[in-house]
Parts: sequence; structure tokens; C-alpha cells
Amino acid sequence: MSCTAGIDVGSTYTKAVLLSEDGQVLGRAMEPTGFKLGVAAERALHRVMEELGLEAEDLRYIVATGFGRHQVAVSDVQVTDLTAGARGAAFLFPNTRTILDVGGQTMKASRVDERARVRSFRLNDKCAAGTGAFLEKTARYMGYSTTEIGPLVSTSKEAVTISGVCAVFAESEVINQLSQGAAPADIMHGAIVSLVGRSLQLMKRVGMEPEFTLIGGILRFERMVDVVREHLGARVNVPPGETVQFVSALGAAVLGRRRLQKLAQSPAGSAG
Amino acid sequence: MAYAAGVDVGSTQTKAVILDETRRIVSRSLVDTGANVTRAAERAFQEALQADGVRDLEVEYVVGTGYGRYKVTFGNTQVTEISCHGRGAVHMFPKTRTVLDMGGQDTKAIRVAPTGEIVDFCMNDKCAAGTGRFLGAAASALDLGLDQLGPTALKGERPVKISTTCTVFAESEVLSWLGKGKHTEDILLGVHQSIATRSVGLLRRVGIEAEVTFTGGVAKNPAMIACLNERLGLSVNVSDESHYIGALGAALFALDHIVASREPVGKAERAERAGPAEGAAKGRGDA
Repeated sequence: MSCTAGIDVGSTYTKAVLLSEDGQVLGRAMEPTGFKLGVAAERALHRVMEELGLEAEDLRYIVATGFGRHQVAVSDVQVTDLTAGARGAAFLFPNTRTILDVGGQTMKASRVDERARVRSFRLNDKCAAGTGAFLEKTARYMGYSTTEIGPLVSTSKEAVTISGVCAVFAESEVINQLSQGAAPADIMHGAIVSLVGRSLQLMKRVGMEPEFTLIGGILRFERMVDVVREHLGARVNVPPGETVQFVSALGAAVLGRRRLQKLAQSPAGSAG
Repeated sequence: MAYAAGVDVGSTQTKAVILDETRRIVSRSLVDTGANVTRAAERAFQEALQADGVRDLEVEYVVGTGYGRYKVTFGNTQVTEISCHGRGAVHMFPKTRTVLDMGGQDTKAIRVAPTGEIVDFCMNDKCAAGTGRFLGAAASALDLGLDQLGPTALKGERPVKISTTCTVFAESEVLSWLGKGKHTEDILLGVHQSIATRSVGLLRRVGIEAEVTFTGGVAKNPAMIACLNERLGLSVNVSDESHYIGALGAALFALDHIVASREPVGKAERAERAGPAEGAAKGRGDA
């Protein structure tokens, strides 16, 4: 058996996806990134290989992506998260033209062409108010953990207005709202609305056009998807279930497979 | 003898200062603000009254300032913390022309006239980068108390370059430097330098004119003083009493009212006008 792997070392989680020779997803695994980026990458890779009963020689090509991609010693090549995300999104939804990727510590919007090449992009990694960290902080101020955000916000009926200017100053805003009797679910909903507002600004700046594909860990919150859909007034593609978090890793694996095919075609076997 | 009081309700601590007619501080107090802002203001004021046996009756005029100034229910009027800091800093260091006030939630740069009047000011009220919170994030990441930060940072020799702007991300950056084997003191020195650089940027926007007085809770941090001095190329004024500067300024405004109320009408009106004119200098608490 021969396969390629894509490893996405994100700020919060490290994801690995294995792709077969004929382009089928064989398996995937996720590990918290922590502060030893290389270790997290290898751990995620080993786990998925173990689950599938694969040996090291089955793995023909490894592509690393994400902010910690240069720390992945086992990788054959590194690609940017924008390139990998675009490949992954196009693999799942071939008509993708605009991608919104919201992760734990970054938010990215990109416009891609019909061959999944990135034409324009904007990103925010400077300010937590425009990333998943804003939701995490808001939840923590109210005593909820990140895993509770989804269930909590699903009970909200109406969003409370949250300014969303700074994730630190949000604390006083949240406390004020709580003391005025606002429900935590509605405050969380408000935080999501504020984050979506920032997403749309980024998307506008890349010159968005349909189809829209949403990827990244934060889009696993259905409410976030709903609010994006409402604000865009358009249909959005969302990879099902957990897949939404693995799109960049998937894209990296897709790129690895293509590279492998090219290498096989070239007579010397050394192209690339 | 008439007395005037200033009560400065900050986000973390509430301060009260009582002045006599000769502008001498006769009493002062400091309490934690906590959740009940009105009570904190009352407690601070009562403590100041008891501290020196100055009776309530004798305090003729009370000015509230700070973000919770409208909760000082017993106060006669309110003045923004910008005005009070400018006034207090010039009173404490008469040659002050620029004030840097670094508190727990915001950093303000204020340019003042020789009279203590505000010429210009600038503050970061939208983002916690470069405020005391940034130090707080570093402290919690390194498991240190706030008062240990400065002394530890001063031992640093090879400061790391802190690249994050956002306070939320600073915590992860500090941890990642630790993971890369950097020393706590070098990381902390880097953190202080990064905040000092931001503050100097803020000061430049109002124009830096000597002397510079450094106030607020962070003004007690020796490493921050050293980093500011280095970046400004001068020596900032600091005082152990610097966290009382806002309350002191408020008390001085209160004294103005007392003095003006005894003088002919024309002057009293002028003093009245001085209060509302500060309305232009709106602080965070107004939002």
C-alpha cells in the first residue's frame, strides 16, 4: 500500500490526513499542538498510521502545512496554509472560489481560481478579536470551556450585541451583560456575530464571489455557519462534521499525491 | 480650615486624597475597587477621613474621577481622569509637560501646559496591547507575581524580541519562548521593551516634551522605568505616590471650587467653566 500524508500544524491543534494512491481519504488524527510543534506532528501521524495498520514504508510522501510546518522534520516539503486550504477546499467542493478559514489564532480569507490557485488573500493573526481565541476568551469569562461553546450557543434565541473590539476588554463587557441579566448563550451568540462581522470584512477585501467554502476549527460551530450564511445571504459549503478541521491537512495530502504522480512520470524520478 | 477631597475610582483600585487649603495632603487611602463601585468609593473616602481625624463636615467639596466617577454618589462633581492626572502630575512634579499613565486596562499619553491644563492626549482604549494587562498575561504565563516582574526583567541580558501585538497571543508567545529554552528574565525584559516601545509610540502622538512623568500602577515597575528611560533618552519622573496622582488632581479641582466659591462672582464662574471644559477629554468610562 502506498499513500501520502498531509500534516497541518495549527496554533491549537495538529491534524494529519492520509490519502491513498487513488485519492481516497484513508484516515485522520488530531493532537493538541502544545509548544513542541514537531512532536505533535509526529504523534498525529503515528496515531493515524497505527489505526490503519500501516508501516513507515507505505508512506511515500509527507507534506507539512500550518504555522508550525517548518518544525515537521519528517516532511518532504512544506506548503503555506493558504495553498493547502485552497487544495483541500477544492478537493471537497470543486467550484469553490472564496474560502474563509477561521482557526484558533488566525483568520484567513482567500479567493481561488478554477484550478484552486490562490489569487488573493487577507489574514489576521495580530489581534485575537478576529480569531477563535475571541470565542474561547468570551466562553472562559463566563466559566465555559471551548468544548462547551457549541452546545451552549445552540440554545440561544437572540444575540446580545458584543462590540468585539478587543478580546481582553470583552471581559468587562461580558461581566456587564451578565450582571444585567443576559443569558450566557446569548452573549456567546453575540460574540459569534461579532466574529462573523470581522470575517466578512476580510472576505470583502479579497473580492469574494461564490461558491463560498468555510473551513477551520471554528466553523465546527453550527451557529457560526448559520450566521455567516445569514450575513452573506448565499449558500455556503461546509465540510461535514469534523472534516471542517482537516481541510488544510487534506489539501496538503492532495498536493503530496500530485507531487508523487509527477515524480513517477518524470523519467529520472527526481523532478520537483 | 476647609478641606477638599478627590476620589479616583480605577478599574482595580480606588484612591482618596484629602487636601487642606494650603494644598498639603492631610490624608489618603487606597482600597480594592471590587464589584460594588459605589461602596468602594465610600470606603476609600471614609478611610481617608478616619485616617487623620478629619471629620466629614469639614470636607467642603469632593470631586470624583476615574472610570467609576459617576458612582461617587457623595461627590459634588466629576472630572475626567485625564484632567486629574495632568493636574496631579504637574502638582507633584511642576516641570511636567508630558504624562504617561499606565494602568491595568489602558495606557494614556497626556501633554500638559505649565498650569496643568490638558493640551492634548491620546490613549489606547480599543485594544489591550501595551497596557498593564500585557504584563499580567506574561506574569500568569510565567507563574510570577506582578511585583516580581520588574526585578526579574532587570536581570535579563539578552532580551527576546516579542513579536505579538495582542495581549491574548502574548501568553502563548511567552510560553513558546520558554519551550525554546529562553530564560525567564530575558523573555520578561523583551516583554517590558515591547510595551515601552508601544508607549513611546503613543507619547509621540501627543508630542514628547521634557519633563516626562510616569504614573499609574505600572510606574512602580523598575524594569518599565528603565526601558522607558532608555527609549526616551531621558529620565522619567516617578514617585512612590504616583498611584495617588489622579485622586490628588481631583482634590486640587475640589479646592479650586472652594476657593472660587469665596471669591467674587466673576472668578467663580470661571472656575465653574473649568470643570465642563474637561468634558472634551473623555475617558473610557464614558462609553
